[in-house]
Amino acid sequence: MSGPDRRLLSGDEAVALAARDGDIALGTGYPGTPSTEILESFSQLGGRAQWAPNEKVALEVGLGVAYTNARALVTMKHVGLNVAADPLFTATYTGVTGALVVVSADDPGMASSQNEQDNRRYAVAAGAPMLEPADSQEAYDFTLLAIQVSERWGIPVLLRLTTRVCHSKTVVYPAGALAASNAPATFVRDIKGRVMIPAYARPAHRRLREKLARIAEWNEAEGPNREIDGDRSLGIITAGISFMHVREAAPEAALLKLGMTYPLPLETIRRFVRSLFRCVVVEEGDPYLLEAICAAGLRAEGKPEAFRFGELNVDRVKRILARDASPELTPPPGKPPELCHGCPHRAVFAALRNLDCIVASDIGCYTLAVLPPFEAVDTCVCMGASIGVGLGLRHALPPEQARRVVSTIGDSTFIHSGITGLVEMVYNPPKTGHVVIILDNGTTAMTGLQEHPGTGRTLAHQPTGKVVIEDLARSLSIASVHVTDPTINPAAFQELVAASLARGELTVIVARRNCLLAAGKIKEYERSAARETESCIEQQD
Amino acid sequence: MTNIVIAGLGGQGVLKASDIVADVAFRAGLDVKKSEIHGMSQRGGSVSSDVRFGEKVYSPMVPPGEADYLVVLSPDQVEPNRWQLREGGTLITPGAIAENTLRDKRSLNVALLGCLSVDLPFPEAAWQEAIRQNLAPKLHATNLQALAIGRAAAQGGEAANKHVIGGSGSK
Repeated sequence: MSGPDRRLLSGDEAVALAARDGDIALGTGYPGTPSTEILESFSQLGGRAQWAPNEKVALEVGLGVAYTNARALVTMKHVGLNVAADPLFTATYTGVTGALVVVSADDPGMASSQNEQDNRRYAVAAGAPMLEPADSQEAYDFTLLAIQVSERWGIPVLLRLTTRVCHSKTVVYPAGALAASNAPATFVRDIKGRVMIPAYARPAHRRLREKLARIAEWNEAEGPNREIDGDRSLGIITAGISFMHVREAAPEAALLKLGMTYPLPLETIRRFVRSLFRCVVVEEGDPYLLEAICAAGLRAEGKPEAFRFGELNVDRVKRILARDASPELTPPPGKPPELCHGCPHRAVFAALRNLDCIVASDIGCYTLAVLPPFEAVDTCVCMGASIGVGLGLRHALPPEQARRVVSTIGDSTFIHSGITGLVEMVYNPPKTGHVVIILDNGTTAMTGLQEHPGTGRTLAHQPTGKVVIEDLARSLSIASVHVTDPTINPAAFQELVAASLARGELTVIVARRNCLLAAGKIKEYERSAARETESCIEQQD
Repeated sequence: MTNIVIAGLGGQGVLKASDIVADVAFRAGLDVKKSEIHGMSQRGGSVSSDVRFGEKVYSPMVPPGEADYLVVLSPDQVEPNRWQLREGGTLITPGAIAENTLRDKRSLNVALLGCLSVDLPFPEAAWQEAIRQNLAPKLHATNLQALAIGRAAAQGGEAANKHVIGGSGSK
């Protein structure tokens, strides 16, 4: 077929295609809705993509790649950037010689998250330039642009997506390949640039601010911002997916659509605002743009507080423009999700409910055990928190209550940030002991069955080094470490938990059985790995 | 612009159905946007997906009460989704497909697309092509049959009320 290359892609797929066309040497991240499909698609396109144990490690690996002139892409959901914030805040000081693009996929409305934090704040706090695409075409274009900005100024760039951009499919005309990195990967010593002791970090901070000032000038002159002429009685400043809702809700309005939202093109904004009778800032989440615009001494109005919560849509934008803060229609509730019938977690939470445990739990499918019929989860905060929170409860509660406390954490979540919790348990054991149940279903189930270091397979399901959870626990000299399949004999499993609670020792129970949805695939991967090993042995003979 | 909402429960093929509709419109050269929320919905909960196509589409989400077509794969999901349908819009429900006519019940999503397809300005061959492109080869025969059954059901005279295909489901 002739004609231009035209595709229907999700935002995630578009980022992956741009990563390939932009000569990204390595993509890494930790699975998290709505970002997960980026690295999976990049891998399918032939890119080198890998899962890291968590976002912090991913960003550090990406930073190392970008210290060698090569280009790195690091992906995560919004809360993942909390985990990766530590390296991010100093990576902007050291800068990079290649490119480092950090994808933060935010989830306004919390389709599948524990909060709706607005990560545009991170761009300001860390001093990282930020691009915000509005659809898949821009997701493609801005990924390439992020690589260019990162390389030109030697700075990590934040590509901020939201659920609707990640998971909507829209038409993309790929621009084609970006020129390859201008220098081969090599190590050039730059001690003052990369060793952030105070003496070297102080000038590095000044260098960062100078870079940002130059990037602001560039953004002003030729940044990816668009003005659409219209009726000057109402002008709207917007960015990201909100632009699409605005365009439909108010086709007659004058528009300033910002593509790079940090550092902001304040002169462009000033000219636009001054040309208007009324200026409204339409943005999802926090009043991030509004605050910056008002702080620059400009007059603009934001949205009623009710629209800070959840996603925007065409209807809500119409209300914002009409200053209509009347109660919105709430759609009738749908059917809530539940633990699959046949899910191995069911046996565990039935036992915990029967024993009236106080359950400090974690992030994953098993959080669904909070809903009927189990209602057997008492806390869920962030990745890995189950162990620390459980220990805190044990320390403070009177003994008869403390002895009921259990921490439950999935295998992927345990590898992500439960290991340090286990170290804390050994180092500061509660007087009543503690029981940690690691729900090992052999996959990262909630995000769509991704591999992790505990499965011993790579992102592309190839055999690699494996972290054995029980060996890790035993290496910490934890008194009792059990490995059991809770579904074989649920009553026996319940007895094991009851006995562990009564004994008052530090206990780890690995409740191991493959996720129902993953079991078939896992068998296939294991069979093909076995076949490869066999053919290797034959060749050696 | 045409606004379509497809709704059902996790595992019923809501997202696959919306992929097929979007693909048909895309291949016809139209601007298309398709939007949905995955994540928690994969665990048997309610799922819905929006497809919009026309000369130019901005928002990927069908505004509340503006769906021209509401296709519902599970009878208990009709009421929770009815608010999405505009006045005079067409509701398509599982009742449109007579029981035991499908070779495989899992192709209900495609059968209901068959009902929808009769009303949309794309040739039958385009739907067949989109099915081949979006499903594994071993599923082609079953789903092409499901498409044909859906089209026949919608074209059959038994749907006296053109705005409800398959009954309102509100028993």
